Amino acid sequence: MVHDPTQLIICDYCDSVYHRPALASHQQARCQRCDAILARHHFLSLDQLLALTVTAGMLLCFLLFYPVLLVQTRGQTHSATLIESVVALIQGPISIMAIVTAFAILVVPAMQIFLLLWILMYSRFSRRAPGFRYAMLTLTALRPWNMLEVFLLGAVIAIVKLTGRLEAMPAAGLFALGGLSLLLIGIAGRDLHLLWEKLP
Amino acid sequence: MTPPTARELHLMQCHRCRLVCARASVSDNAEHSAQYNFRQSCQRCGTRLHARKPNAIARTWALMIAALIFYIPSNLLPILHTSALHHDSTTTILGSVVALWRADAWDIAVIIFIASVGVPVTKFLVLALLLITVQLGNTRSRRERTKLYRLLELIGYWSMLDVFVAALLAALVQFGALGAIEPKAGILFFGLVVILTMLATLSFDPRLIWDSQPKNEQ
Repeated sequence: MVHDPTQLIICDYCDSVYHRPALASHQQARCQRCDAILARHHFLSLDQLLALTVTAGMLLCFLLFYPVLLVQTRGQTHSATLIESVVALIQGPISIMAIVTAFAILVVPAMQIFLLLWILMYSRFSRRAPGFRYAMLTLTALRPWNMLEVFLLGAVIAIVKLTGRLEAMPAAGLFALGGLSLLLIGIAGRDLHLLWEKLP
Repeated sequence: MTPPTARELHLMQCHRCRLVCARASVSDNAEHSAQYNFRQSCQRCGTRLHARKPNAIARTWALMIAALIFYIPSNLLPILHTSALHHDSTTTILGSVVALWRADAWDIAVIIFIASVGVPVTKFLVLALLLITVQLGNTRSRRERTKLYRLLELIGYWSMLDVFVAALLAALVQFGALGAIEPKAGILFFGLVVILTMLATLSFDPRLIWDSQPKNEQ
């Protein structure tokens, strides 16, 4: 082998091999053969990543207790938090879907935040966290199953569906939900594998 | 000039940690048979390395057909049961789209139609197209087919929308003066369709599209 394999990247979609490019900010490398994005400039340092993870953790705690939506009629107020929407599914005839929903909107985000905190806190002391390998593998496996942004759109649609019959309105939790879904795309998204290289 | 492929250079990329590993040497005539049951682990994360996802075509077909079967009850069975003081009603997915359209909420009707009819149907059609063209060894428009696969990855979970809307509505409107909204079996089948199609997309290997070389290139 002529080249050092760590200096190569392989396109996930068409198996083409390239040298790892040096990217300036806002640059991204695309595959010549299939136009896939091979690499992006990564602008977050480990400390910034840790700060964003702490923010995400705080938003998640907020979301556990504060409602996403409110409904008002004749002086009565009903509200729904993330947990209450899962409980509503458990009570219905289709409890199995509650497991899936709880996984997609609570368990996966919570695990992503916890594992990132674990890894990044140790990185502050330039150490590799115990169980780093398993934490990273779990994070990679969890990535496609985080559905907070879909839930966000669902909340907006629920408001519109109820208007007319009842007065529905967004609550503070909805904004936290928006922030959290964006943060998680940024910190636990496609570029996660870079942590393997940044934390040798 | 087209770049070399990892297979030509005897390289493999770990699908978990994306480390590029040199493939342990295999004699040339053994290479074809070793292609799918090759045992080598990633040096960095210990994941079993595969040049291609194992049994990609069979797994994708199986998951897609299972999803297609569940897609029928998900459309026929009601997704929501609304009980108020004066009337009870059940709606199906298409019924709720029609009701929203008639209630002049055409924008929401379009969003729900795209998420619960457009996205699953697109997934079925695109998966079938990719699987059939790969099995036939078709070499036309490989770049475009790869883009279609990326589209599948992108739209993957958005059809969960109906499940989440049902959960929120049920949580908000419960046993009050407002009546009650209860999710029904249609939601269950629909959620299973979404999960199965996501798994089908994950088990397909887009590199198979590029494995069949056009005759004049060889």
